[in-house]
Amino acid sequence: MNKGIHPIASLLAAVARGVSGVQVQWAGCEPSERQRIYFANHTSHLDFVVLWSALPADIRARTRPIAAKDYWEETWLRRYIAENVFKAVLVERGLVSKANFTDEARFVSRSLIEDMVLALGENHSLILFPEGTRGSGEKVGEFRSGLYHLALRRPDVELVPAYLENMNRILPKGEFLPVPMLSLLTFGKPIQLEPGEEKNEFLERAHEAVGSLRRIGPS
Amino acid sequence: MMQALHDPQLLWVFGSVLFLLIILGFVGDIQKERHRNDANRSTFDNLIARISAWWKMCAIFVLTLLVGRVGVMVVFAVLSFVAMREYMTLVPTRRGDHRALFWSFFVIMPLQYYLVGIQWYGFFAIMIPVLAFIFVPTLIAINGDTEHFLERSAKIQFGLMVCVYCFSHAPALLLLDIPGFQGHNPRLLLYLGIVVEVSDVMQFLWSRLIGGHKIAWRVSPSKTWEGFLGGVISATSLGALLWWITPFTPLQSAGMSFMICILGFAGGLVMNAIKRDIGIKDFGMVIEGHGGILDRIDSLCFAAPIFFHLVRYYFVP
Repeated sequence: MNKGIHPIASLLAAVARGVSGVQVQWAGCEPSERQRIYFANHTSHLDFVVLWSALPADIRARTRPIAAKDYWEETWLRRYIAENVFKAVLVERGLVSKANFTDEARFVSRSLIEDMVLALGENHSLILFPEGTRGSGEKVGEFRSGLYHLALRRPDVELVPAYLENMNRILPKGEFLPVPMLSLLTFGKPIQLEPGEEKNEFLERAHEAVGSLRRIGPS
Repeated sequence: MMQALHDPQLLWVFGSVLFLLIILGFVGDIQKERHRNDANRSTFDNLIARISAWWKMCAIFVLTLLVGRVGVMVVFAVLSFVAMREYMTLVPTRRGDHRALFWSFFVIMPLQYYLVGIQWYGFFAIMIPVLAFIFVPTLIAINGDTEHFLERSAKIQFGLMVCVYCFSHAPALLLLDIPGFQGHNPRLLLYLGIVVEVSDVMQFLWSRLIGGHKIAWRVSPSKTWEGFLGGVISATSLGALLWWITPFTPLQSAGMSFMICILGFAGGLVMNAIKRDIGIKDFGMVIEGHGGILDRIDSLCFAAPIFFHLVRYYFVP
């Protein structure tokens, strides 16, 4: 993978920051060279770009988003942005959380976790939206289990919760043109998978870690 | 606007303002140290915040002198944009307002400043109160979300009125064609700014000094009758003394300043009521670093359009 940052990525990051007037607060940790998985609520296409642009440049170059394959491979432009510009890790969504795994689903979901673990490698960080899709912004949706499986496989990687506020009002799902309101991005205290912790317990805790960073409240 | 740089009267007054600001800065620093731990601390913090805002206003004023007509409109449009951004962020809107908000920011606002810039009075005077008033709720209605429909339409319209329509009358002063006053219009803007700000700060100071009887304690606990009268008298007197930079006689100048003071007071009070309604103390409080332009221009927003119309009605044939 190319180590540098694609110029279009830098451009989009600057535009996203301008449009969202984002104010970044590192409330629970500091920016760090460590390998991390940033996980946040998801309401807008701006989410990833804003979160990514809030990281220091050298860390940014080593941080990749996890994105849904079905959505980001749909058109030529989306595929170009996902694969070439942001070097996203494209994964099949929806399979991991299904209650009754078929053999095929189990196989695919295992390979999905493998893909993410592979993407982490030696020195990369990931940005993950565990809700799996963009919500309305009223409350944080239920988390899918990918985060748990990653935590299980890579206990050495820090899990940093983040909350993006107002992005749904700036560029909601289904809209193409943004409204330049102001927004907030808060990074919280890293969490860890405790020894012997159940999947649902952990996901609940991760969900709480994100939701508790909300500062303005529902609009 | 460049010829304003060769306007000795303007330079005199503006130079005095800068001189005063420098003095105030020093005094503020010394007094702040002295009152670091006592009850007056919040008063000094408030004054220091005002002084730093005044410096920024002076910088903007100089900019408007340097950039010419198009530049002035751009500068004020940017200020409007920032103020409206603050307002719309904190006023609850819904998903169904998205298109209306987009139009407000990217079409209605620039169009208003364009119309002011080309001096099309008949159009810019009705654009937001009439055309946007019809257009915005129509857009929201087309979207189909009727929940809180009336409130949402009203909130967006109010934001446009205050942050764009009212505020745009301040640069409109620069383009009024007053016989015998050509080339001196920046003085009107400076005059308006000085009277508004002095009235604001004097009301605050008189309230702190001798205030006791609150005017609207639920909305603004710090506004008192003593402060109001003291502020209005102080700023009206100062405005009257500045008659020589305006097209007014001393008596007319006192009358204009009196109106400006009353309206500035009204602006502050109304914006305070809105903040109470939303549940915040300052527009700049929630989002630090971006905050506060609306807190600073609330008085100006109410005073500018009326001052503009008074001048236009009485002094433009």
